[in-house]
Amino acid sequence: MTEISTSTDVTEQVAEVPGSGTGRVALSPQASELLVQLTDIHGPLMFHQSGGCCDGSAPMCYPDGDFKIGGQDVHLGDLTVEGLEKPIGFYMSASQFEYWKHTHLTVDVVKGRGSGFSVEAPEGVRFIIRSRLFTDDEVRDLGDL
Amino acid sequence: MAIYAAPGSADSVVTFKPRYDHYIGGEYVAPAKGQYFENPTPQTGQTFTEVARGTADDIEKALDAAEGAAPAWGKTSVGERANILNKMADRIEANLEKIAVAESWENGKAVRETLVADIPLAIDHLRYFSGAIRAQEGHLSQIDEDTIAYHFHEPLGVVGQIIPWNFPILMAIWKLAPALAAGNAVVLKPAEQTPASIHVLMDVVGDLLPPGVLNIVNGFGVEAGKPLASSPRIRKIAFTGETTTGRLISQYASENLIPVTLELGGKSPNIFFDDVAAQQDAFYDKALEGFAMFALNQGEVCTCPSRALVQGGIYDEFVAQGVKRAEQVKTGNPLDTDTMMGAQASNDQLEKILSYIDIGRQEGAKVLTGGERADLGGDLSGGYYVQPTVFEGNNSMRIFQEEIFGPVLSVARFNDYEDAMKQANDTLYGLGAGVWSRDTNTAYRAGRDIQAGRVWVNNYHAYPAHAAFGGYKQSGIGRENHKMMLDHYQQTKNVLQSYSNNAQGFF
Repeated sequence: MTEISTSTDVTEQVAEVPGSGTGRVALSPQASELLVQLTDIHGPLMFHQSGGCCDGSAPMCYPDGDFKIGGQDVHLGDLTVEGLEKPIGFYMSASQFEYWKHTHLTVDVVKGRGSGFSVEAPEGVRFIIRSRLFTDDEVRDLGDL
Repeated sequence: MAIYAAPGSADSVVTFKPRYDHYIGGEYVAPAKGQYFENPTPQTGQTFTEVARGTADDIEKALDAAEGAAPAWGKTSVGERANILNKMADRIEANLEKIAVAESWENGKAVRETLVADIPLAIDHLRYFSGAIRAQEGHLSQIDEDTIAYHFHEPLGVVGQIIPWNFPILMAIWKLAPALAAGNAVVLKPAEQTPASIHVLMDVVGDLLPPGVLNIVNGFGVEAGKPLASSPRIRKIAFTGETTTGRLISQYASENLIPVTLELGGKSPNIFFDDVAAQQDAFYDKALEGFAMFALNQGEVCTCPSRALVQGGIYDEFVAQGVKRAEQVKTGNPLDTDTMMGAQASNDQLEKILSYIDIGRQEGAKVLTGGERADLGGDLSGGYYVQPTVFEGNNSMRIFQEEIFGPVLSVARFNDYEDAMKQANDTLYGLGAGVWSRDTNTAYRAGRDIQAGRVWVNNYHAYPAHAAFGGYKQSGIGRENHKMMLDHYQQTKNVLQSYSNNAQGFF
């Protein structure tokens, strides 16, 4: 398995798995490998980006369908993982998306302890979002969600 | 001044056991799967005990115990339940130092705070709900001359409670006191970051409660929290934590059609009007202290005043003096009673805070003080310490909008009253706010115009029992810390009685 980083600088640019996501969100190789393991344990998965407070500002990974997506959520894209049949949906609440829509997100994983009800927590790792601001051209190309 | 010996050393006032099982039915029970997880102290980063890693089987066992205890507990007289809460308070008071040091070691916070805030507040909270339940009355309504509607308070039965890591004991007592006073049996899951100190508390008070009335299952959210929150066997779930998990818990509750109380995130504004600096007096000094309140509990408070909004007329001078005040916050060994700010509660939290400091810099916010990890040397080098940090920027930056949950203050300027209210309310959250003014009309209007459940006027970070605490907007549902919380743990039983001997006349 690719070595998992301990660097938690969220502005650091990490490699993405080509074709693993969309213009808005994609996966690092380490996150992709972890998702295969977690799917073995929990079945198909999904992400919902959390907002704040003690355990917040983390991509929460749940068994697919466990978190009910509703009218107040935005679907940023589907993440494709080699070896998994179903893509993994990535969602965020619409109110939070207003603050984050100018940002490209890479789902990565670091050593540590995930939080809340996120499925990676017992495994000694946690998902983390690395981000960079879109260029003006990218914003134009992406359009609205 | 005093420095408490670290737990684990011979002269410490508290001794943790090397391992903690689940507390179920009044005794310690090993986890069904036999697994444990390590619990480090944030003060040094070293593991000091291991704790049962609970799963659905353990939750079921705790629910069995709670269901067994709930009927009798719900029928004990309120006098008896109130006496038990008072006895718990007395025991905790008699063991204050032991529990305060345990809490500091567990969470990383300065023992100065646990000695005078966390634990004394927990004690007072128990006494408050002991009094509140004694004083509670049902109601009756006279419908007509022969018909009376009686309204009785009845316990819900078995309730679930999920506790955060920022005040492990105080937040547990905030939830336990009203639930137990109202006659419910509880299954409680502490945060996995701070699973042990509550067991020091149980060593002190556990025997006062009938077995099964309070059950504690430790473990991770997905393995232990989820089976508890989604169980059809609980009649209510209470949660303090972050927003997405709060939504998830609400969804589970909706599947079982049970009520939920949530205390979620915040990004609380602390507003300083020009007239604060009209005189350089004791009140001005108090306002500067108010500016530095972001450092309380290392900023790990849902109501952390993490946005200071300062009016243009006094901005430069007041912020300069406020920063000086923040620089006087003494970081150091959390077990030293002179230390004002201790360690962040976990390495993950430390890293998250440092990430936000990076984000602030990259967004163009200016660091006025701090901005780095703090290395305190010796054993404490492995601990999770951050310098109190003040940024200057504007309200649209991420450090002004997202809850950092660390000792990081973001400062911005406002022009007039309308501008202050606009910036204060430009947030997804509405938990706390501070208003500082010598003008009672301004203070009153701001107190009413800010969309938050708690507005401190000319003070901050006071949490007395009998003052309702809870959120507007995405900060949650329900009001803790007040007798109205009893309602969240009680059913209303209406007995509609006729005192007439005559037929109703329908048939």
